Amino acid sequence: MSPRATTGARAAGGTADYLDQRTGIGLAVKSFARKIFPDHWSFLLGEIALYSFVVLLITGVFLTLFFVPSMGVVTYDGPLATMRGQEMSEAFASTLHLSFEVTGGLLMRQIHHWAALLFMASIITHMMRVFFTGAFRTPREVNWLVGFVLMILGLAAGFTGYSLPDDVLSGNGLRITDGVVKSIPIIGSYLSYFIFGGEFPGEHIIPRLFTVHILLVPALILALVGLHLFFVVLHKHTQYPGPGRTDRNVVGYPLFPVYVAKAGGFFFVVFGVLALMGATMTINPVWNYGPYDPSPVSAGAQPDWYMLFLEGALRLMPGQGTEWVIGGFTLSLNVLVPAVVVPGLLFTALALYPFIEAFATGDKREHHVLDRPRNAPVRTASGVAILTAFFVLILAGSNDLLATHFDLAINDITNVFRALLFVAPVVAFWATKRIALGLQRKDRELVLHGHETGRIVRFAHGEYVEVHKPLDDYERWLRVQHEPRRPIEILPAEDERGVRRKGYRRDLLRQRVSRFFYEDRVEPVTPRELAAAHSHGAHDSLPTEGSAPAQIGSDGAHRGPDDEPETTDSTRIDVVHG
Amino acid sequence: MKAIAARRHHRFAPAVLLALALLLTGAVYAALAPSAASAAAPSESDIEAGEALFQANCATCHGPSAEGRDGVPSLIGVGAAAVDFQVSTGRMPMQMNGPQAMAKPPQLDEEQTRQLAAYVASLAPGPAIPTAEQVDTTDADPANGMAVFRTNCAMCHGAIGKGGALSEGKFAPDLSGSTPTQVYEAMLTGPQSMPVFNEANLSPEDKRDVIAFLEEQQAGSPGGTDLGAVGPVAEGLWVWVVGIGLLIGLSVWIGAKSS
Repeated sequence: MSPRATTGARAAGGTADYLDQRTGIGLAVKSFARKIFPDHWSFLLGEIALYSFVVLLITGVFLTLFFVPSMGVVTYDGPLATMRGQEMSEAFASTLHLSFEVTGGLLMRQIHHWAALLFMASIITHMMRVFFTGAFRTPREVNWLVGFVLMILGLAAGFTGYSLPDDVLSGNGLRITDGVVKSIPIIGSYLSYFIFGGEFPGEHIIPRLFTVHILLVPALILALVGLHLFFVVLHKHTQYPGPGRTDRNVVGYPLFPVYVAKAGGFFFVVFGVLALMGATMTINPVWNYGPYDPSPVSAGAQPDWYMLFLEGALRLMPGQGTEWVIGGFTLSLNVLVPAVVVPGLLFTALALYPFIEAFATGDKREHHVLDRPRNAPVRTASGVAILTAFFVLILAGSNDLLATHFDLAINDITNVFRALLFVAPVVAFWATKRIALGLQRKDRELVLHGHETGRIVRFAHGEYVEVHKPLDDYERWLRVQHEPRRPIEILPAEDERGVRRKGYRRDLLRQRVSRFFYEDRVEPVTPRELAAAHSHGAHDSLPTEGSAPAQIGSDGAHRGPDDEPETTDSTRIDVVHG
Repeated sequence: MKAIAARRHHRFAPAVLLALALLLTGAVYAALAPSAASAAAPSESDIEAGEALFQANCATCHGPSAEGRDGVPSLIGVGAAAVDFQVSTGRMPMQMNGPQAMAKPPQLDEEQTRQLAAYVASLAPGPAIPTAEQVDTTDADPANGMAVFRTNCAMCHGAIGKGGALSEGKFAPDLSGSTPTQVYEAMLTGPQSMPVFNEANLSPEDKRDVIAFLEEQQAGSPGGTDLGAVGPVAEGLWVWVVGIGLLIGLSVWIGAKSS
């Protein structure tokens, strides 16, 4: 330490030394601080989820100080005129108390609820980023599953918390939950009695949900967030394709000081946005809904947005003729299918997607460079199809609001969505795949022929041509760096001696899946194609007007994974005939 | 006068003149407008005038003697309350056929509405227009009103009366623009898809309490802007628009910051 160090610096150094001598933490801090992370705004989406969770913990602790998780009946005597003298559970009364009598209570409640909605929204957005860029590929499949479980836990946390105030709206949600549980064949009724401690609603559900909401689920989320981040450090972060970025390196900046500052600052940005929303926008006004009572259901009764797809599935399912009585047992397909089977299928597809894709490619190598979504047309299209199905269900869950706000008939909306649930994902899949392939063709076109400059040149013999400016090395790299993916070819059913080969049927299945993924494809430009494209226009080279593109050195840092595109003369231009 | 003339080009002159003109109009209106008290007792001439209005505006559908026909209700015995509700909210005379008659700016003025109501009330006894006393909420209990509303009204009109969808394009309207008298009349007469809540079903006190509860909603939400007060769907929409929207914008900004 320099002799001119201030007292503060000396104290900090002394403390650090003290800790290091006793824990050896210096080594960990040093290597961790030097950990390299690539830079991109979309890598901050997961951080939004993390910080919303931190805000949830902070505001949640505040709320537990005042919330009473009890279904004991009290008579309200607080300041709210529309509630005075009404009987209600202690849970509801304490929610009103903390909203209207505790200083800052309503703000905290609203921040907590907005943070819950944002938590789920950012998880979904983060998942979309990971999905569409192929960040779930080897070695990150397990972390995809961890993230998937985190999303399910987020749903559980949201749902249990939403039900705690014991208001009419959330009570309706619990009633639906009860119905869904009871629709499970054979064990349904027993399970419902187990959950509610007897007949719905009983007197146990709020304390039970409270334990799940403040202890069980947050503890699991915290543990899995730890695991999720540990995997990020272990696998290192993925990076977008770019010159010098390969599956063997990470191009970026060290954690300290760049990302410590960015991430630390971003926490306060997220907190700030949530505080702004909590301060200015009403959320879950339980004082409008009133204390729970199993008889009333108001119009516009919907769950929070992340549960809306389930509501939508229930609203779409035809009720008549789908409830069967078999040997004295009721089979409620009208509840079982929309509430258990439909989400089961969608979520299973989502969770297993990395494994399905790995099966199709047969690719066991590690991937650390992300895909551009257009370069994986079937994956991108599958993702859009799943999202479309969810989106149709969410809209179906809002059908009454669509009816009143857009002057439509609710029956027509419901019938249209019933058809759209099956048609829209297919159309979305087809359209997305076509768009992705089209973008790939556009990329090929650009690489082979360069940018159109809008300059038309007439030759002495009368021919007109448009001058094309070749891509610079950065632009070209982005468009040619990816590997071509082709359907896998399998060995024949019988070997050369006519003996049936073991594992042929499995290979056949794999071939079919692989064809579905990669039959339609646009191959990236090969160096040979590039050279051919360049040579055909060389005889009528013209100087590019007023542009001298910076020569990017071909110093090896920008070389491609397979073949290096030939170094081009920056003044040479391509000419497209006709 | 000279002092005024000197100031007539003053830049505040138009504003002052406008304020004076508005004041004058208001004063004349207050002096000439029919008071609620005068609306109480219909005279023979009111009934005659009402009949003329009926023949001109209503008889085409409801029939020359208000007997109704297929798909058009008879107005014999609906009472003055029904007429006042339908006409003062602009639902009648109906503009066009549709899933339900739409509210619009009233086509008949207060005087004409009163005459028309008097005529229809003269056909057969029916519920009368509630008096000012009946809709006076000074001593009402909004808490009871909320409980009554929740049990009887909220399944169509929503938790605080912001409206909701019914089948085949019909809907329960937003109640925030309705006057206490209209709310009372609607409960009394059950217009369109709405059931009738007569005095035996919901006591006059209960009705008054419901009105008091609805009046409580005029104060707005204690939590900030109410996002339309339509429940979690609006909240979900706004968390994506404001929350995710703002934060993605800020992420791009942070990501673009030089490292």
